[in-house]
Amino acid sequence: MSIVVSALGYTYHPGTPLETVALEDISFQLEPGQWISVVGHTGSGKSTLAQHLNGLLPPQRGSVEVDGIPCRKGEGRLREIRRIVGLVFQYPEQQLFAETVFDEISYAPRNWSCPEQEVERRVRTAAERLGIPEATFQRSPFHFSGGEKRKIAIASVLAASPRYLVLDEPTAGLDTTSRKELLALLKELRSSEGLGILLITHDLEMALEMSSRILLLHEGRRFFWGTPDELLPELTERNAVRLAPPDILALSSRLLSRGCSVPLTWDWETLANALNRDPSFILRKNEADECAS
Amino acid sequence: MRFLNHMTFGQYIPTESLIHRLDPRCKILATTLLLTGIFLADHAVVYILWGVALIVLAGASKLPIRMVLGSARPVLILVLFTGLLHLFFTDGTPLVSVGPLVITREGIRLAAAMSFRLVFLVLFASFLTLTTSPMELADGIESLFSPLVRFGFPAHELAMMMTISLRFIPTLLDETDRIMKAQIARGAMLDQGNFFRRLQSFLPVLIPLFVIVFQRAEDLAVAMESRCYKGGSGRTRMNPLCWKNSDSFALLGVALGIVLVECADRNLSWFVTPLL
Repeated sequence: MSIVVSALGYTYHPGTPLETVALEDISFQLEPGQWISVVGHTGSGKSTLAQHLNGLLPPQRGSVEVDGIPCRKGEGRLREIRRIVGLVFQYPEQQLFAETVFDEISYAPRNWSCPEQEVERRVRTAAERLGIPEATFQRSPFHFSGGEKRKIAIASVLAASPRYLVLDEPTAGLDTTSRKELLALLKELRSSEGLGILLITHDLEMALEMSSRILLLHEGRRFFWGTPDELLPELTERNAVRLAPPDILALSSRLLSRGCSVPLTWDWETLANALNRDPSFILRKNEADECAS
Repeated sequence: MRFLNHMTFGQYIPTESLIHRLDPRCKILATTLLLTGIFLADHAVVYILWGVALIVLAGASKLPIRMVLGSARPVLILVLFTGLLHLFFTDGTPLVSVGPLVITREGIRLAAAMSFRLVFLVLFASFLTLTTSPMELADGIESLFSPLVRFGFPAHELAMMMTISLRFIPTLLDETDRIMKAQIARGAMLDQGNFFRRLQSFLPVLIPLFVIVFQRAEDLAVAMESRCYKGGSGRTRMNPLCWKNSDSFALLGVALGIVLVECADRNLSWFVTPLL
């Protein structure tokens, strides 16, 4: 029971001047209850990878298997894969169309031919999880704020009861409170229902905080695959990926340079390197050491 | 599932080719001549010549012929519909009758001619957009229509509208593709069932698309106004258009080619029965 991605490769517009290799030789495994974050800058292939996990794009090279079901064009089991893997696109609020919140959330379970009673139960459960009050069920989803619309869109994916959830930058454009609420919900879904979560993000800090494993993509290739603890030392050699180190590291460095005590998992040099090898930082560190002594 | 990845109509594909470097006015005039030539063609053999011309142009512009041909895909249904209308509703010598419908010799010819014309019309028009950026195209149209400005013709506004339309074709295709994928991921079956069922199942795609289109139009209008856009009068250009000798030769070559093909078309009447 897992999503197994082996040597996955995908090229857009092959054989044309627009040919772009989006993914090359990507392998990893997502198990139920696991949280993987896929990190990389724009154009690194994150969204293309997400679409492969849900059967929207069939692999051109390599393979994707969802709970033993191969994701291949013409296999006739792509719908089964889509039922197992829920996919939340970037800015999901832009996919809203129904007249009422209830109809919007019930879109997926109705498409999967659930009986009406079951549809109602699922809608209520998903809405409750996202904090959407029942009183709003008969209102138009277009009359809500951006953050609330996103909650409705995510509820409509959750109402399909997926085993895995793939989210493409779900916190983009959300305020800090909504962002925290959404992450807390995902955390809870993972622990209470054993949902396997694959989160696509630019935010290294969020990835380090939430994930059991991180996949770092650069120009469609796997640059790093490991635990958050293993990532920071790797950043030293991964400056090419141009990802900003988390703010918390910058703050730690400033506190350290002023002689404050900050518990660190990594040594000074690793931290300095992760912060783009700032020589003045090392200098300040030496000054701090002198002050401390 | 490929969704809309194959759509190339209205897109600009930048390559380092002679045709890409030509002045946009030259390309617009040449395309107008080519389209006129296509509408003058009467024989099936002449359409083969136009096909060869298209292949040569695609090669010269370093664009894969598959990509150029792919631009006709969106109008194939229209071509089929027009072809069938002409096939079944043209008076003439009856050949086959299917119930109340009669296929005539003239109907077959007219259906073939109209289908060829429509396909080549789209192919050559999209060849222009494939090799000319929307900005160049707008500058070219504005420059060509500029003599009419003194009679009150809104040349700049027309060019701006065309630029915006062309600029947004790929964007809207991307948006449509994204919304389709989002709804399919939620279990929608957009490609199953009869025509009416498919039309109904497309509502979850069309509604968000309309919302996005209006939103984008609003954003664009605000962005233009906030940068003091006030139409064409007094505007200068960063890259003024410059007509070169190569443009004159290219336009002359196209005109000569069309005259030759048209001569051949008229003389063919002695040997082959024309389509029209």
